[in-house]
Amino acid sequence: MSDMPSSAARVVLVTGVARFLGARVAHALQADPGIERVIGVDTVPPVEPLGRTEFVRVDVRTPGIAKVIASGRVDTVVHSGLVPGTPGTAARAKELNVIGTMQLLAACQRAPSMRRLVLRSTAAVYGSSAKGPAVFTERDQPPEPPASGSARDAVEVEGYVRGLTRRRSDLSVSVLRFANLLGPRVDSPITRYLSLPVVPTVLGFDPRLQFVHEDDGVEVLRRMTVEDHPGTFNVAGDGVLLLSQLLRRAQRPTIPLTAASLSVLGDTGRRLAGLTGFSPELLRWLTYGRVVDTAALAAELSWHPKYSTEAAFADFVAERRPAATAPLALFDRLVRRHP
Amino acid sequence: MTAQHSRNDDGIAPVIPLDAVRHDDPPPRSRLERGVASGLAFLRRRLAGEYEVDEFGFDPELNETVLLPIARALYEHWFRVEVRGTENIPDGGALVVANHSGTIPLDALMLTVAVHDATGRDLRLLGADLVYEMPVLGHLSRKAGHTLACRADATRLLDGGNLVGVFPEGFKGVGKPFAERYRLQRFGRGGFVETALRTGAPLVPVAIVGAEEIYPKIAELPLLARLLGVPYFPVTPTFPWFGPAGLLPLPSRWLIQVGEPIPLDDYGPGDADDAMTVFNLTDQVRETVQQMVYDTRLLRGPAFL
Repeated sequence: MSDMPSSAARVVLVTGVARFLGARVAHALQADPGIERVIGVDTVPPVEPLGRTEFVRVDVRTPGIAKVIASGRVDTVVHSGLVPGTPGTAARAKELNVIGTMQLLAACQRAPSMRRLVLRSTAAVYGSSAKGPAVFTERDQPPEPPASGSARDAVEVEGYVRGLTRRRSDLSVSVLRFANLLGPRVDSPITRYLSLPVVPTVLGFDPRLQFVHEDDGVEVLRRMTVEDHPGTFNVAGDGVLLLSQLLRRAQRPTIPLTAASLSVLGDTGRRLAGLTGFSPELLRWLTYGRVVDTAALAAELSWHPKYSTEAAFADFVAERRPAATAPLALFDRLVRRHP
Repeated sequence: MTAQHSRNDDGIAPVIPLDAVRHDDPPPRSRLERGVASGLAFLRRRLAGEYEVDEFGFDPELNETVLLPIARALYEHWFRVEVRGTENIPDGGALVVANHSGTIPLDALMLTVAVHDATGRDLRLLGADLVYEMPVLGHLSRKAGHTLACRADATRLLDGGNLVGVFPEGFKGVGKPFAERYRLQRFGRGGFVETALRTGAPLVPVAIVGAEEIYPKIAELPLLARLLGVPYFPVTPTFPWFGPAGLLPLPSRWLIQVGEPIPLDDYGPGDADDAMTVFNLTDQVRETVQQMVYDTRLLRGPAFL
């Protein structure tokens, strides 16, 4: 099934190509000679050249996207992801995420050329809570689903995608629930948080976290586009890091604060210093964390992410400013003679 | 060495190898030195984050080096725990089912020490969600290898061949009044039996005697409990009258008895869906543990002598 020529992607439309992941996916797909055309769409023009990817500027909130899909005879759509909402821009992000996806799905439903849809969703749909299982599989229902922010948008978007799957049962739909993307070039609320000079943590909590490296993220999206793997899959690097552990590895100074003061601090930073603040979902993630099971993805693709959670984080840290290692150097002097 | 240091036959000065010193044995290190060195190495690893945790957040190094020794001090010197029947713990995955008491769940802690020191294996307990909502306690519990009592986690641990510990009485057991000591409460809804049937893991009954006397709960303050969001606020002969000193558990003598695994060979995974089978088995396990508690109590004798 996986490489039948009739189902192989010929014309691929990638959304969000002005952003980092969308652009990288477009690059990965255009390198595949089996794909005739790669059409990239976004609301803003891309900053970097896209190679042979044809860029079309569309506002996804208008039916314009339907024209692109119909006239280009698009057979595969890669929806490369939702915009993370920050407290100040939540309404705009929701508009782009939910209304934009609805327009896109409506266009997909209409287009007779459509065969496959790949949606990059997020593991945040499982929420973060003390009541959930330690490791979420694709079948687990979250005990406390996310109530706001882009995680909530992702839940709604997945719902609309399920609706499309019902109405167009001939479509092959892959929903990928990504753990937090990390890598030297990723810019997200998480990377901005981890790059703070002093990292505030939630007092008394030490969440388990999981990351997926940008290279692996692109590779998963590429494989899902050129091969046929319908279903819902978690995507994450192997293993788990605790927040305290990764901050130690990065040699970052930390300051434990209560959740309430953290939220006030984030608000102040947003107003005064132009920072992004702490969204409620980020705060919950920093309190309870989240771990997903990736066995289904590995079995389906017969492939394993190159970077474990640890390696993805190490690669992210290596690109940041050199850490202050004074306390460790002191230890090394003491321990040197006793390896 | 001496041959090299003496003059050669042709009168040329001897050659002393550059790394001559390294051939000597290093001076023997005292126990204290070795202890300090390994302590420093441990601290360095912790500071650099160079340790592994599993997907549940279990940190074996921290558990082995810090958490277990603290519990072991209480185990050996305060409660003078004696444990019998650890040879009944099977290899591979098994579900250890024990009675629960003591107002503060120290019995769970003592059982992990008992199992660890007898078998070298870590008992992974299933705790209430309240534990994981609490600051500090939540993440320490995960680092000690425990997780939330839910079917997904229990199944995952058992499939991984772990020893999993459950206290089916839950808060009703820990918080029972002193007057009802050694009488087992209802065994939840039998979720643990369902999991055992589904995974094929043997059920190992355990009776813990001694925990009932550590904080004799003679009354409770429901209003304060509701205010603090905890299941109960205990009143013991020493707490809250003596303030923090009242938190010191009474030094009762403990006896932990591990029973023979309850055979589930006659059942298959399909029986987990049959509510009647699950109820009957739950009741059977409860009766077994209750009888073991009575027997063990007789064996232990007086609580404080």
